[in-house]
Amino acid sequence: MDSIRRHFLKSASHCGLAATLLAAGLLHPSRVLAADWNHAAFSATTLGDAFKAYGLQPQADSKEVQIVAADVAENGGNVPVEVLTSLPQVQSIALFAEKNPFPLATSFELAPGVVPYLKVPLKLAESTRIKAVVRAGGKTYIATREIGITIGGCGA
Amino acid sequence: MAEAMKIRAVQQGEVTEIRILLQHPMETGQRRDPKTGNNLPPHFIQTFSLAVNGKTMVNGQMNTSVAKNPVLTFRLKGVKSGDRIQAQWQDNRGDSRTDEALVSAA
Repeated sequence: MDSIRRHFLKSASHCGLAATLLAAGLLHPSRVLAADWNHAAFSATTLGDAFKAYGLQPQADSKEVQIVAADVAENGGNVPVEVLTSLPQVQSIALFAEKNPFPLATSFELAPGVVPYLKVPLKLAESTRIKAVVRAGGKTYIATREIGITIGGCGA
Repeated sequence: MAEAMKIRAVQQGEVTEIRILLQHPMETGQRRDPKTGNNLPPHFIQTFSLAVNGKTMVNGQMNTSVAKNPVLTFRLKGVKSGDRIQAQWQDNRGDSRTDEALVSAA
């Protein structure tokens, strides 16, 4: 079964097919590839499912978190995104790109002594809203920013 | 054997900015091989960690949507010159890489 699934994933011939199949429930990712890699959250194909798998409910944006990025990025294959916050006791920062085939892009846990800051270059398939999710002192804070893409990064 | 990471630490007062270049194709699995017409299999870093003097400070997880050869930037407090910075990643094929650098005098 697993080999069939992998063959399927490999042969999915365009940007959205694997995502569509996953969404349709035809593929069941069951094998955890790395010990602590959150397979469910990283394979989710909609922002809602990715949020759910990451243990989040949709909520209003917070002023305490800022996303710094270009308004329009020419090359979707490398879009630097910075997250800044003044919040104390930040435990983790995650980035979601709503319109990517798999919205959850990355998640970092920060130990005390790490400034709540992060800069990561992302691939963006098309113009999309980016959400930064910060967990601090047991609470969750979200910021949203729209990034326009001239050339999509799906084939990059 | 995967290529070495490049680690730079720049002290700016109390805060040290650490930039790490991870040399990795970060293949999404959605890109077509021009020779065969088949999709190139996904090949991407899944976990990343950063330690200072053996103490883990950052523990990260990544998806295929992190850019190819990404540069990650973190800011840490209390890092002194001579401290040992160690970065580590593991990809979906089980390949991994650990590299370290010493923080030089400001």
